[in-house]
Amino acid sequence: MDAKTRTSRRSFLKGSVAIAGASVAGAASATETDPLITEIQDWASITGAGVDETPYGMPISFEKDVVRRNVEWLTASPISSINFTPIHALDGTITPQGCAFERHHSGAIELRKEDYRLMINGLVDKPLVFQYTDLERFPRENHVYFCECAANTGMEWAGAQLNGAQFTHGMIHNMEYTGVPLRTLLNEAGLGAAGDLKDKWVYVEGADASSNGRSIPMEKALDDVLVAFKANGEALRMEHGYPVRLVVPGWEGNMWVKWLRRIEVSDMAVESREETSKYTDVYENGTARKWTWVMDAKSVITSPSPQMPIPHGKGPLVISGLAWSGHGKITRVDVSRDGGITWQTARLGRQGDTKALTRFYLDIDWDGNPMLLQSRAMDETGYVQPTKQQLREMRGENAVYHNNCIQTWFVDENGVAENVEVS
Amino acid sequence: MSKSLNQVFLPVIGGTALALSAALLFANMDYGQKKIGSLEKRVEQVSLQAETANKRADEEAAVVSELRDKIAEIQEAAAARQANAADLTEVAPGNDGKLGLGREAQPAEVAAWDVDVLPDGRGLPEGKGDAYWGEEVFAEKCASCHGDFAEGVDNWPVLAGGFDTLGDKDPVKTVGSYWPYLSTVWDYVHRSMPFGEAQTLTADETYAIVAYILYSNDLVDDDFELSHENFAEFEMYNRDGFVIDDRPELEYAKWRGEPCMENCKPSVEITMRATFLDVTPEDGGESVMNHATADDTPTFVAAAPSTGTDATATEEAPSAAASPSVDPALVAAGEKVFKKCGACHAVGVGAKNKSGPHLNDLIGRQMGSVEGYKYSKGFVAANEEGRVWDEVALAEFLAKPRSYMKGTKMAFSGLKKQNDLDAIAAYLKSVGE
Ligand code: HEC
Ligand code: HEC
Repeated sequence: MDAKTRTSRRSFLKGSVAIAGASVAGAASATETDPLITEIQDWASITGAGVDETPYGMPISFEKDVVRRNVEWLTASPISSINFTPIHALDGTITPQGCAFERHHSGAIELRKEDYRLMINGLVDKPLVFQYTDLERFPRENHVYFCECAANTGMEWAGAQLNGAQFTHGMIHNMEYTGVPLRTLLNEAGLGAAGDLKDKWVYVEGADASSNGRSIPMEKALDDVLVAFKANGEALRMEHGYPVRLVVPGWEGNMWVKWLRRIEVSDMAVESREETSKYTDVYENGTARKWTWVMDAKSVITSPSPQMPIPHGKGPLVISGLAWSGHGKITRVDVSRDGGITWQTARLGRQGDTKALTRFYLDIDWDGNPMLLQSRAMDETGYVQPTKQQLREMRGENAVYHNNCIQTWFVDENGVAENVEVS
Repeated sequence: MSKSLNQVFLPVIGGTALALSAALLFANMDYGQKKIGSLEKRVEQVSLQAETANKRADEEAAVVSELRDKIAEIQEAAAARQANAADLTEVAPGNDGKLGLGREAQPAEVAAWDVDVLPDGRGLPEGKGDAYWGEEVFAEKCASCHGDFAEGVDNWPVLAGGFDTLGDKDPVKTVGSYWPYLSTVWDYVHRSMPFGEAQTLTADETYAIVAYILYSNDLVDDDFELSHENFAEFEMYNRDGFVIDDRPELEYAKWRGEPCMENCKPSVEITMRATFLDVTPEDGGESVMNHATADDTPTFVAAAPSTGTDATATEEAPSAAASPSVDPALVAAGEKVFKKCGACHAVGVGAKNKSGPHLNDLIGRQMGSVEGYKYSKGFVAANEEGRVWDEVALAEFLAKPRSYMKGTKMAFSGLKKQNDLDAIAAYLKSVGE
């Protein structure tokens, strides 16, 4: 490298620092040559990593920021706790397993396929025990579904609290599952003994120390519930219930029992701790709603957002986000840049899939003025995502769970975004 | 698909012959007569090859047409299936019967795993235990997290009290105030507690503990004995406190329809900002926390009808800089930072020791000096050396508690922002006055 190019490289770097904060990105390239192009770079000369260097690849080190994060003060112990998917930094709709949020009630356990047993008992013709290999012999299906914790956005009921889409909306992931319909397994055990199926329940329970258990009405159990063993093409991760978890499309994440060990057909709901003490919504007058299983339509702008400021100043800007509904397909997403005064319909990355994340984009020419960004999802039932005020009027501020309100980000003239509430 | 098969095979073979004839022309001009003979021979050979190739192509074409028929057949069958099933991803109907997989569960296996208890008491094993004994078992196995009186230590769940708070701003939902069924308590304690040693309690112990939790909620007397026999009689305080999901009637009916797109409200103002609360974890991945005040944010107003352009933003002047001496804003910020300490420390009038000592009058106080509090060795030594808390020591300790005080039992990772350290010092000074 001769003296001249060295200087030009330094000034280019200096220039790019200044540009990062200013509004005209790429201006330097018009007047100066780019050493990344004019100089031979190491990677263009020296060879790179060989195959097998990482038998199972991790993201490149430059992406080490894109990880799950936890909010320590939320819970007493990380063993019974939750962390958040870095949705602000992802695009498309599929969540890689390695950064998909985790929620454990007694920690994630290591359960070998060889030690795995699944029992079906209760009101069935013949109680059965399956091994893992049995499950792989039933006809299986592939479906993409979102899994959202009922507490997602729960910290925001009383006000704007957490500064980042990861923290306000990151208790969600979206994966392609491979598994056997629960209906197939129930059929294998025989539902004759259950008689009229209308008022029957299926109680599902995990093998870990919390033995998390939930009651699912028979109608749902026979509909689209899956006993899944693969996600995004590979085995489930330990933290998501390896080797087998339940997938309950559109319904709150707590029902997606991990390390699924038992399925019991019964004539009433068990009213377990997770469906009475937890995951019930207290209203202003002190009464509570229970059996609020379906996750209503919801959306959030993932970029720009507090963790994703606009880096390039005014000009072309892609506003991007996610929308989903436990009632079916997302049919439309509107975006407002002025806190809900005017709305524009966004473009969908792909047509919405039922009970799966849908990506939306609004491609704008940003004038550099502050924005109050909001998104509003609509699903195939015609339901429109409510504002925070609408939800509060209906439910008060103490519900904790099932907060699907419209989120607002304030973006200032520097492109810095913040979680706010608006009138 | 069937069409393309023909088109791929034939031109390739024809094309070879064509290229060679072109080569022949070229050769006539450039290489002279003596080569013509051998080239003509090659042309002959190539023509011959082309002939056999053509023949083969005819055969291939026959195969292709056969394939085409087969494809049409398959497509027809698929269309028929589609007409029947509407969805080709569905498992074929014949495959829906029983496969004979798995084996029958043994009664002892079912008994080992099927231990859940239903609201009407079905599933309970025989047994009994009273609140006296329950208190002993609870003290031994539960109190380290839930407190001697089920009041909850630090952030661990509170199991008692909270009656008549369900309609308040921060309802205290406990076994006593909130849980609608006694079966849930028995079932959960028996299956999921103690945390880290689940499924080790006997039936009698569980009856006794549940009796004690009821006693600590003032729902029974201390001689109350709970058993499988009187279990179903007991009615919980909040048994009628729940309604079944009524979103369909109350909310869906209201919130379906065509939403407003323009001039949906006259103006918009920011009413609350997350950075004021600032409870976001430090390594949120961003370096852009902004410390502006509410006055800095613009008001958005509806655009004049019909223009449809962006709303205009009107800037207001930032508030005056804080005064250097007593800064109420810093104290207020410190009060918020204290939320990170509040689980373990109390301050203010009558503050008691929690899992950490009270922090009243901290600045100027001797380290490890709160009476009746059992400090770890490091703090005892610091006390004996006569070390005193000043702002510098406090900031160093709070930035990295475990490196400042080796072996401290304060399980807190530290405050990473200078702003927070300044704010907490200001706040602790203010509560000491
Ligand atoms: C090491 C700490 C620890 C010990 C010891 C412990 N618990 Fe718990 N307890 C917890 C945690 C953590 C939770 C919440 C678990 C979760 O989030 O799923 C909990 C939850 C509970 C709940 C439900 C609270 C609610 O409001 O939903 C009850 C009841 C309970 N414990 C009873 C007991 C009893 C009885 C014992 C003794 C036999 C016990 N616990 C021992 C940590 C503990
Ligand atoms: C998880 C519980 C916990 C949290 C959270 C916590 N502390 Fe502590 N703190 C303790 C314990 C326990 C001690 C006693 C340390 C020892 O003896 O080693 C302590 C000791 C202290 C002391 C020394 C007191 C003395 O008498 O010498 C100070 C000062 C202090 N903490 C300040 C704070 C502040 C400020 C925060 C919040 C930013 C905080 N602590 C958060 C548990 C906690």
